[in-house]
Amino acid sequence: MKRGGLLAFSLGALTVAFIAIGTIWPIPEAAAFAGGERLLESSSTPEAAARNLGREIRLKDWDKAYSSLANKSQFTEQEFQDDVVGYYPSVRTYSSMDNFVVTPLHSTGNDAQVQFTLDWSTVVGILPDTRTLQLVKRGDRWEVDWPLREKPTLPPQVIPVEYLRWDVINRGPGDDWGVQDVDAPNVRIVDMHPVQRAEGVVVLGELLNQDVVPAYVSVSATLQRKDQSQIATESAFDEISHLLLPKQVTPFFIQFPNASLSQVSSIRMEPFSTLVSASADPVIEIDNEKINPAPDASLSGQLVNQSGQIVNVAHVLGTLYDKSGNLVWVVDQYVDRALLPQTPVSFNIPIPEDLARKVSSQRTVVATYSFGGLL
Amino acid sequence: MKLALAFAIGFGMLAVQRTAAEEGLSLPAAVPAGSSLSIQTSGSGEATLYIVGLGQVLQRKVQLGKPVFFEAGSLCDAGHYLVVLARGAATIDTAPLDVVPASTPAHLSFLAKPSRLPVSLHDGITGAVYVFDAYGNLIVSPGSVSFQLLSPSGAVQTNDVVTRDGAAAVAMDSTGHQGIDHFIARSGGVSSTRVITQVPGDPCALKMSAQQEGQKLELKTDPVVDCSGNAVLDGTIVTFTETYDGAQSTADVPLKHGIAEVAMPNHNGATVSVASGVVLGNQIRLEQ
Repeated sequence: MKRGGLLAFSLGALTVAFIAIGTIWPIPEAAAFAGGERLLESSSTPEAAARNLGREIRLKDWDKAYSSLANKSQFTEQEFQDDVVGYYPSVRTYSSMDNFVVTPLHSTGNDAQVQFTLDWSTVVGILPDTRTLQLVKRGDRWEVDWPLREKPTLPPQVIPVEYLRWDVINRGPGDDWGVQDVDAPNVRIVDMHPVQRAEGVVVLGELLNQDVVPAYVSVSATLQRKDQSQIATESAFDEISHLLLPKQVTPFFIQFPNASLSQVSSIRMEPFSTLVSASADPVIEIDNEKINPAPDASLSGQLVNQSGQIVNVAHVLGTLYDKSGNLVWVVDQYVDRALLPQTPVSFNIPIPEDLARKVSSQRTVVATYSFGGLL
Repeated sequence: MKLALAFAIGFGMLAVQRTAAEEGLSLPAAVPAGSSLSIQTSGSGEATLYIVGLGQVLQRKVQLGKPVFFEAGSLCDAGHYLVVLARGAATIDTAPLDVVPASTPAHLSFLAKPSRLPVSLHDGITGAVYVFDAYGNLIVSPGSVSFQLLSPSGAVQTNDVVTRDGAAAVAMDSTGHQGIDHFIARSGGVSSTRVITQVPGDPCALKMSAQQEGQKLELKTDPVVDCSGNAVLDGTIVTFTETYDGAQSTADVPLKHGIAEVAMPNHNGATVSVASGVVLGNQIRLEQ
């Protein structure tokens, strides 16, 4: 009994002590998130000024961030905020800044240049936004000359759209068991290739909707040993274009962390499809698709929305092939900006360096989602 | 004296046996489901009649020696029943009774697959029919089912099949014309219709043309048809690919009014190709 009381008293005393220490000497990040000012440092160097701007953006303290800019007279605070988080709803709209990195590029006595990378934490992972900042010295302080990307404007116009859409009526719950229902779309895996990587086994492939109706699709794979026992089952999750229009092809990418291909005797593939209401629009043109060689190998290009509707979320999937046309790898990236009509938006998806030299050609598709708003 | 007593007991038992033999049931071995039923009883006095089957028990107070009448619709579920005549806890007589499905079909469960299929597919359409009477009993006795497939071109395929254990099945070909097929099954004056959609096959001889309009290249396919000449359905994706200077531009375009068209950047010396699914079309090389 005495021992129990002593333990309770010790735990209580320790808790009080830790609370006091945390309050009196908080770590900078905690103080910043609590609204404290301790995180900001003097803008006596270009890097310090950029770091201060990064912290203010992370805290969404738009007043202070805007006030600290050297060229704030050229745009409003709202324009600055829209430039950072996006003018139209997109994956960035529902994100928060996770981290930022400031890399010095060039500096003289009165001006400097830094690379400013903001890592945005979104529902689909970290999306980096890299900008080159110019800084100027005013007195003993450095200030950022913010490179504002102006809101794209389109000339007023009418874009005729022949709206093509499929709706589905399924059988009802009270119907007799013999009553006919509409069949699920006919989809087929046209290519499949397992790859051993350091992080585990990856199953790559392509899926074709060979039906005349749109399909919601998914693919799962099961690794099996020689005795047909299962090692693991995984699905493509979001590394696939889930909506396939008739005769459309999507790559898929299924990861098996910590698995080894040497243990695998066979792979059971299970494509899934179901009828879904869909629209044939918008049409997205992918322009200037290019494989950039190592170092910094990547698949780059521009997306051009050819419809009159804003595309809020765009997911780019690239299928990479070798000289013989064999599947080498699948890369993907979400575009963190909404696609406005006829306004190109660039993408640049890194390719693993060790695979880049094998890549000879590619095929890129875009999966899109619109909230339904018009300009 | 003892002999006289033994005779008296023997005559008594015989008399009881004769009385018991006179109390009993008389009924047909089988009746059609839903039909009326009359059960003749013999003997005298009151008793209770039970008809016991799977999920159903009928009970009647009866005057022995008179018939018991069950009106039409009393026994609807086909199966094996047991008829019991009892007085109190004592069973007087029992008899089996089979209720068989009515011979006249009243309902067809018609399973037709698939709901859509490409044109010109041999045995691509399958139909299976289960024949039921008015009370939902599967009619297991052989009967004729006529299958008829009316295609959009007006062609008719007919196939008569005799049911086996209550079911009949057939396979038929899709015709060369896209459209709605009406697949009809008939038996004993009852019919059931299903709709089968015949859809075009893969595009055949996919061909496009290109027109240079300043900075833009207008690409347009000819009307896209399958190898039977059916127009491929709108919404089918056609992929245009333009290759130039180590880069390329692509666009997945849905067919609208049977053609696909798109405007792409105009690069001199570029090669443009068109495809739909796994079907490749022609290539065009733009003049330098």
